Amino acid sequence: MKFKVNGHEVFASTGGRPFDKKKPLIIFVHGSGLTHMTWVLQTRYFAFHGYNSLAVDLPGHGLSSGKSLKSIEEMADWVNDVIDSVGYKEASLVGHSQGCLVTIECAYRNPKKIKTLSLMGGAGAIPMNPELLSLAENNDPKAVDLMMDWAHGPAGHFGGHPVPGLYHINTGGMLAKSRTIKNTLGVDFRACDNYKNGFEAAKKIKIPTLSILASDDKMCPVKEGMKLAELIDGSKVEIIDNCGHMMLLEEADRVLKVLKEFITTNFPVKDN
Amino acid sequence: MSDKKKDLKPNTYKFDTLSLHAGYQPHKNAGSRQVPIYQTTSYLFDDVDHAAALFNLERGGHIYSRISNPTVGVLEERVASLEGGTAALATSSGMSAIFLTVMTLCEAGDHLVVSSQLYGGTVNLFRLTLPKFGIKCTFVKPRDTEGFKKAIQKNTKGIFGELVGNPGNEIMNMPEIAKIAHDAGIPLMVDATYQTPYLCKPFEHGADIVIHSLTKWMAGHGSSMAGILVEGGKFDWMQNDKFPTMTKPYEGYHGLSFAEEFGPTAFTMKARAEGMRDFGPCLSPQNAWNVLQGIETLSVRMKKHCSNAEEMVKYLSNHESVAWVSHPSVPDHPDHELAKKLLPNGRGSMIAFGIKGGKDAGVAFINNVKLASHLANVGDTRTLVIHPASGTHSQMDEATLKFAGLSHDMIRLSVGIEDIDDIKNDFEIGFRAARKPRLVSNQ
Repeated sequence: MKFKVNGHEVFASTGGRPFDKKKPLIIFVHGSGLTHMTWVLQTRYFAFHGYNSLAVDLPGHGLSSGKSLKSIEEMADWVNDVIDSVGYKEASLVGHSQGCLVTIECAYRNPKKIKTLSLMGGAGAIPMNPELLSLAENNDPKAVDLMMDWAHGPAGHFGGHPVPGLYHINTGGMLAKSRTIKNTLGVDFRACDNYKNGFEAAKKIKIPTLSILASDDKMCPVKEGMKLAELIDGSKVEIIDNCGHMMLLEEADRVLKVLKEFITTNFPVKDN
Repeated sequence: MSDKKKDLKPNTYKFDTLSLHAGYQPHKNAGSRQVPIYQTTSYLFDDVDHAAALFNLERGGHIYSRISNPTVGVLEERVASLEGGTAALATSSGMSAIFLTVMTLCEAGDHLVVSSQLYGGTVNLFRLTLPKFGIKCTFVKPRDTEGFKKAIQKNTKGIFGELVGNPGNEIMNMPEIAKIAHDAGIPLMVDATYQTPYLCKPFEHGADIVIHSLTKWMAGHGSSMAGILVEGGKFDWMQNDKFPTMTKPYEGYHGLSFAEEFGPTAFTMKARAEGMRDFGPCLSPQNAWNVLQGIETLSVRMKKHCSNAEEMVKYLSNHESVAWVSHPSVPDHPDHELAKKLLPNGRGSMIAFGIKGGKDAGVAFINNVKLASHLANVGDTRTLVIHPASGTHSQMDEATLKFAGLSHDMIRLSVGIEDIDDIKNDFEIGFRAARKPRLVSNQ
């Protein structure tokens, strides 16, 4: 669906079901340079099971208008604005990679509004390889190719997409190339590199939090995810083996199973 | 991500490795090193919720082998990976892949611009069968690039052609025709059966949908029928209002918009969810497995096909019984320079040549070769010959034959990977027989 946030049109997938204000709201925030489409194997489940799924395209990404936001803090405030714009007072947040930084910061800034936090391939900080950052800021498609290489585990490099006929690496690459690379991936990478508040924010988070990490994640390795999780009171950690950073596609079913259990327990659909 | 390396290079697998491994993970299949043949019609649901999730496209997985099958799925991913595409859908034949592509793209009242140089069966589909579904076509000569532009109408939904025309070896200027299509906001669909992704990757030259008859070089051994459509993922279905079935809520899946939900894989998702459900031209797992065996050696075979073809071009070009030879490697072929650009790894193994003595000589040649097989196929490991005017294109009338660029003296040759000397020796037998009737008639 499309709606306005701060005067700009925003697109968010509702997982194939109509948006219904009676249902609890889950917001899914994508990773650097990507779009709402990375969440298709999670959002549709929740949409068909009593929730409002909103997989947003960040400004300047996917089908959303406007310019990409230049800092994680701005993106966190924007997610808060999304919640207000669709008329909600609370929401559960799910983030992937850069989306984890955004949702951590948003939960830190809005402790009463955010009810649960689910982090996939997250870390407290994501410092960028300078060469990769430079390639992305110079609009070089090699930045996307490198990201897709590093973002998939050894098994994911062979394919084996849960949806028959889809090929992981090329699909992810095409998503990242769907808009001008320097305006999406370049801006996002710089925002990740500049963000320093992740560990401090994590210490203040007191809501149920789930970290889903992947054994073969090169971009946000397990040890970095664990460092973050240890700072969040009562944080639950699940490690998906034989999987890389793009766990939400590489091992969609296993990720959904963990996410489903966490969200339905900690942010249940209330009977009317 | 802070690992500092100099001159970073992606380490994704290369063509030959993908040919052997893409789409398959042994650890998810009991450790079986070879791709298992899932000879089954249907798949157990974990529970009612799981069943509903699969039907609602909430989760990936298999329901019924008409829609998808794990063995077929490996083939689909493998071909998508080799083409550089986002997704693929395998079908029971190349013709069903073309039909499914058109029916996913078009509705009654729509129009297509189509290259005139096509396999005879494809010509009949576009000329005679699709109009019965309310889809009309305008045919344009493949070298008439401007003609494609002029033929586009308000209701045109796409351009279709064979990259190298059958059987005359005319080459479409794919980059220019892709630009024409994209300027009009419509996709370019290319049948690249003759090339395989080893010789050409059409997505790198602007194509949006690539179609193969896998029966030919991809499977390679003349054993199994199969087809596939592959999606490039770049085409923006939402750029205009021409494709409402891609962009508007679809009643068949709870108001799903394929373009919004699946983006770079939307076309394949729709072709599977709607087309395989409603038309059902599914590929058998056994045939998918056979094609996978062929693809494992694709690059090895294609090199030999191409080197043998170039030898045969030289041999035929210097032969007293041959009037003309058409192959993109010949310097005076009208598309010789374009072929260098589009087919850098080899110009393919299809040769058309004219035999002196016309139709009678052609018939004598075909009837007397012993090693070359006379049959209606191409892209076998074995050398194949046919006389199109009396075979593959025999259902065409005289005017259509002429428009398709066919002559009565034309022999279509699909060069195999036998020893080149044996192929030449066999052709000598055919040519000797072809000369005999003329010697008799001259006496």
